[in-house]
Amino acid sequence: MSLPRYWRLLRAQVRASTLTLLQYRFDFLADGFLEILWASTSLVPLFVVFRTRESVAGWSFGEALLVTGWFILLQGILEGAINPSLTSVVEHIRMGTLDFVLLKPADAQFLVSTAKFQPWRATNILTAGVVFVYAFHLIGRSPSLAGLIAAVFLLFSSTLLLYSMWILTVSAAFYVVKIDNLSFLFSSIFDAARWPSTIFRGGLSFVFTFVIPLALMTTYPALALLGRLHGSTLLLALTGSILFALLARVVWLASIGKYTSASS
Amino acid sequence: MRLPPSARALPALFKVGFSEAVAYRAEFLVWMFSTTMPLIMLALWSAVARDAPVGRFGQKEFVAYFLATFIVRQLTGSWVAWEMNYEIRHGTLARRLLRPIHPMLMYAVQNLAAQPLRLVVALPMAVLWLASVGTGQLSRDPVLWMAWAAAMLGSWLVTFFSSFAIGSLSFFMESSVKIMDVWLTLFFVFSGYLIPVELFPPAVRTLGDWLPFRYQIGLPVELMTSAHDRHAALALLARQWAWVALLLLGALWLWRRGLRRFAAYGG
Repeated sequence: MSLPRYWRLLRAQVRASTLTLLQYRFDFLADGFLEILWASTSLVPLFVVFRTRESVAGWSFGEALLVTGWFILLQGILEGAINPSLTSVVEHIRMGTLDFVLLKPADAQFLVSTAKFQPWRATNILTAGVVFVYAFHLIGRSPSLAGLIAAVFLLFSSTLLLYSMWILTVSAAFYVVKIDNLSFLFSSIFDAARWPSTIFRGGLSFVFTFVIPLALMTTYPALALLGRLHGSTLLLALTGSILFALLARVVWLASIGKYTSASS
Repeated sequence: MRLPPSARALPALFKVGFSEAVAYRAEFLVWMFSTTMPLIMLALWSAVARDAPVGRFGQKEFVAYFLATFIVRQLTGSWVAWEMNYEIRHGTLARRLLRPIHPMLMYAVQNLAAQPLRLVVALPMAVLWLASVGTGQLSRDPVLWMAWAAAMLGSWLVTFFSSFAIGSLSFFMESSVKIMDVWLTLFFVFSGYLIPVELFPPAVRTLGDWLPFRYQIGLPVELMTSAHDRHAALALLARQWAWVALLLLGALWLWRRGLRRFAAYGG
């Protein structure tokens, strides 16, 4: 199994899903518009909160905007590249059509993970960019080079985390089948990531740092951009997410061993 | 005296709807847990109010407000737009059309039949709410509590009729779910679900007063947390029921126009 071959395969898959979506041109435009609307409404609570005060839990408006920017960015990745594919796996498992995927001469996890993309979610990346620029304009300085590099690494690790959590969820579908609404549960929990993690106290704070590491996904990258993240935290986040991905891989392999088609 | 057949069928439909909800209880539970947003907003606003209150909201008021929001959302939710979208696209709507009851009534009963199960989650939350508010803080005015009951019903009707109207759009377009997404986005902003409407700047507040969203969540929650006196409460209630009437007419009109275009694919 060579890397160039998988690269070609990935390109083919992205092309196929883009072409499928372009068939529905109105939808394509409507979705782009909807994305921007959705992203901008996610800023509304922030504006209302900071209308009444300068800082909340130690975060100024500009700094909190950075966290929301990361949230918008990651949501774009989650719903553009991760969510659609994996939702279709659940469907495959239920209908028994996963057989066709398993028969193909390529790694099944790779195939199901790249089955479907929703390219218009890329508008989220633009929106996030605008938010970042505005946030740094408010803060009154630009991020350091080291901060930027750290943020890129964290982007990698949070994408990996999101993806692994999804793989684990899908693995559960081999056992309980009817879980298509887990994606809603997942996104509603993920919604908490739009706020700096320090506003959560007690139990919630523990859950969002260690169980569902939302803090790592949006708050740490924002801290990195601000130059406030320790190098050791960065290292820990990277190792943690790689280990988590490996764990997800092991669980996936174990669950797919349990798969017994639908009709047999 | 004989009841019309549709009225006699209602208890049976209710039973069917309830068993359906119980049969898919795991799924149902996941749905309920995916409406935990108020609890997250609660954490956020408490953090904001830790230093100083926001308007009339201290930490305690925020707890009362968002627990009430959770309860109201649980009890007044409706997912009929998604169901209709699915049934119209797959042609299974034909089965409903064969029955001698208006499909709107069928959907409504099915929706209400899931309510007892929702109480399982909503009731403990209500106890928690009472504990946090303290019974001394509750309004003693029976008119206000009657207004609250009417507002709860009205808020379910606004949600249900708007959802039904958007579901009917599936007759005209492939993706009415997208319209539902737009509706939900506006709902999240203007309904008081994430932010108590009082905290908006005045211009936005006025806009919100005229839109239907506030009457889906905000009004019953405000009545529960005694934000209004009698006069204001009744005025808002009148607006809510005006929306109920308007949305009912709109929903029925869209349904009629759309039904003519319906063809059950594949039978």
